[in-house]
Amino acid sequence: MEPSAAPRCPACAEPVHADDDFCEACGRPLRGAAPPSFQPVPVPPAPALRTPPPGPPPAPQSRPAAAPCAECGGTDISADGYCEQCGLRQPSGREHVEIETAAAVGVSDRGLRHSRNEDAMAVASACGKVVAVVCDGVSSAPRPEDASRVAAETGAAMLTAQLTAGADPREATRAALARAGKAVAALADSPHDAPACTYVSAVVDDTAVTVGWTGDSRAYWISGGDGARPSAALTVDDSWAARMVELGLMTPAEAHADRRAHTVTAWLGADAGAIRPRAETFEPGGSGAVLLCSDGLWNYLPEAAELAEAVHTARARDPRRPPLEIVRTLVRTALEAGGHDNITVVLIPFPPSRAEAADRVPHGEARS
Amino acid sequence: MPEFTVKVDQNRYLPEGGREVHAIVTVEASGSGVGPVGGAPGDPAAEVIIIDTSGSMSFGGKMAEAKRAAKAAVDALRDGVHFAVVAGFNFARPVYPKGETMAVADARTKEEAKREIGRLEAAGGTAIGSWLRMAGKMMAAQGGGGVRHAILLTDGKNQHETDAELDVALAEVNGGFVCDCRGVGTDWEVGELRKIASTLLGSVDIVADPRDLEADFRAMTENAMGKSVADVALRVWTPQHGVLKFVKQVSPSLADLTDKRTESGPQSGDYPTGAWGDEVRDYHLCVQVPPGEVGRQMRAAWVKLVAPDGAGGEQVLASGNVLAEWTDDEARSTQINARVAGYTGQAELAEAIQEGLAARREGDLDTATARLGRAVVLARQAGNQQIAGLLDKVVDVIDPVTGTVRLKKDVDKADEMSLDTRSTKTVRTRKDGG
Repeated sequence: MEPSAAPRCPACAEPVHADDDFCEACGRPLRGAAPPSFQPVPVPPAPALRTPPPGPPPAPQSRPAAAPCAECGGTDISADGYCEQCGLRQPSGREHVEIETAAAVGVSDRGLRHSRNEDAMAVASACGKVVAVVCDGVSSAPRPEDASRVAAETGAAMLTAQLTAGADPREATRAALARAGKAVAALADSPHDAPACTYVSAVVDDTAVTVGWTGDSRAYWISGGDGARPSAALTVDDSWAARMVELGLMTPAEAHADRRAHTVTAWLGADAGAIRPRAETFEPGGSGAVLLCSDGLWNYLPEAAELAEAVHTARARDPRRPPLEIVRTLVRTALEAGGHDNITVVLIPFPPSRAEAADRVPHGEARS
Repeated sequence: MPEFTVKVDQNRYLPEGGREVHAIVTVEASGSGVGPVGGAPGDPAAEVIIIDTSGSMSFGGKMAEAKRAAKAAVDALRDGVHFAVVAGFNFARPVYPKGETMAVADARTKEEAKREIGRLEAAGGTAIGSWLRMAGKMMAAQGGGGVRHAILLTDGKNQHETDAELDVALAEVNGGFVCDCRGVGTDWEVGELRKIASTLLGSVDIVADPRDLEADFRAMTENAMGKSVADVALRVWTPQHGVLKFVKQVSPSLADLTDKRTESGPQSGDYPTGAWGDEVRDYHLCVQVPPGEVGRQMRAAWVKLVAPDGAGGEQVLASGNVLAEWTDDEARSTQINARVAGYTGQAELAEAIQEGLAARREGDLDTATARLGRAVVLARQAGNQQIAGLLDKVVDVIDPVTGTVRLKKDVDKADEMSLDTRSTKTVRTRKDGG
């Protein structure tokens, strides 16, 4: 327990001075919007937050102690998630996860070639805005599945807290990214043993979309036609390939054909150095959808037009098809194309108020 | 008590149907606060100095140098340490203190011990098993806990005892103390001392020139005084239907621990590592696991470092995981971890030297040339300058890349024995494979 004498930021629990106007860690205004007493709010705090169960960290320990080994039926499972009899690493419950709320849907899948799902996603809403985060753990670093989960949960919680406190979406986006970076960095035992992940977030209201990212997970605008701006990628990868293209050294096709294409040049983690939180705001001008995804999807559908085409094809078969079905179809497309990586897709119909009106009560669903 | 850490270096990826998992387990102890001379740990420590006083020791100034060396060892003892000096010939005779007990080191007892050492005379034969038994008895009388170390010096073969008698004595004292062995001159048997040292988890080395004994004894004693925790074991759990094929210490020197296993629980065995001060050692583990499907992930071995907790129980000092994961990505499954490769090469180097020298002694010159030629290649690959230098004294290297060599005609016995004795000294591999 923390000493009660030290006031803490209600959003991120950072110690603050009683006469501070803003939290130095997360930027939350501490006056007016803040409750009169500094009640620490646990992270993630938002009641509207939907994260894939099972949530309690660390993931491998989240199995109920009584569950027998998935393979040999042995009943002794060690704290770090291995069967004490046959040694099998127990499934984490993250192999296939789905989220469905009134305003957003998401599917995260292990894919066909990886033994774990190291992607994570989180969806929340705050003050009429929809918030989503997708993270992809860096496989060459230790415990990538912990990094992505912590980053997604922290990012969504921080976005919610910031927006609730009245921050504008860009400020909230930068603060949440920085906070998620801190949380991932805190997982490291040493700089040589530092869990790491990518991060992409979106804050969507009825007029604009604000995205923030580091690494090569992406956000796209999927145009619904009808006067809306054309489909486009809203993020620029922090990757070797993007860097080569940016420097004019290679064409996108050449860069992506290189085996180094996917090497990320920025990430969250203790060894990431100073993070430059990237945030951009986009005004769609008409209806459509915002899509966040890990490279497990965009590897197969890199161009915004291709991805939009896939979304529209999935919808066209049945115009009233639920968004979750569309996302499932996209994930299936990636699996059928080889499923070489974990696949995570979050879709937020735009404008969000129209979708929310259809179903006021958010509900979550998960299956494995 | 130092802080222990365990680190595992491996390529955990196996191809479909793959079964063998290799890993280098690095154990590091630091912050014990025990210096070689200073410091005063609460743990009891015991030291027995065994000096060969057989008749042959009177030649070439060996006895005089051995006495100086034993005195230097006594001087290097930390006050408060239990110690004894034993003279070895056809039997073992307690030199100081009289009787089969130990003295507590202080200014007075050290002076008395050195005076007794000065009176030693060379006469009689060599029966090393009886000497070790005496040291074992003294250690046991002391209570048998804490850091227990012996120095054994001999100049000849174990002639007044059968091999079987020595083996029985070794089995009897095994686990009772750690013993560093030194052969002075060139009339002793490398294989014999190596067996004693490896059973008793100690080092073996040649001191060809008796004048080098004093510095060597001082260094050995200081090293022993730097140890702060004894009876540390590597506890290895393996999965059901898994087989631990070998456990070898690979740095600072090679020592195969595979046959030293004692069962410590279901699917779990302990391998003794002796006493530790602030130091780093590397171990190479090889586990055979049942083949798995692509995507399957398992723990192939769970390595724990355990030591007595001083209250009749034991404590886990550190632990690490050796993992296995099956993949159809050949780029991953075909990669050999650089440190595993490095130490595999160094183990082969030691073997090539020992086999080459044995063939040379038996007159099988073709085998000797081939094996020592291979050793030249491996020593170069490993960057083991010391061994490369020793090889140069036994063979003329014509092409170090292909390993083409010619056996030298006149090889100094001391050079040959040095190469044999030090063939198990490794150079530490780093993560980048250097």
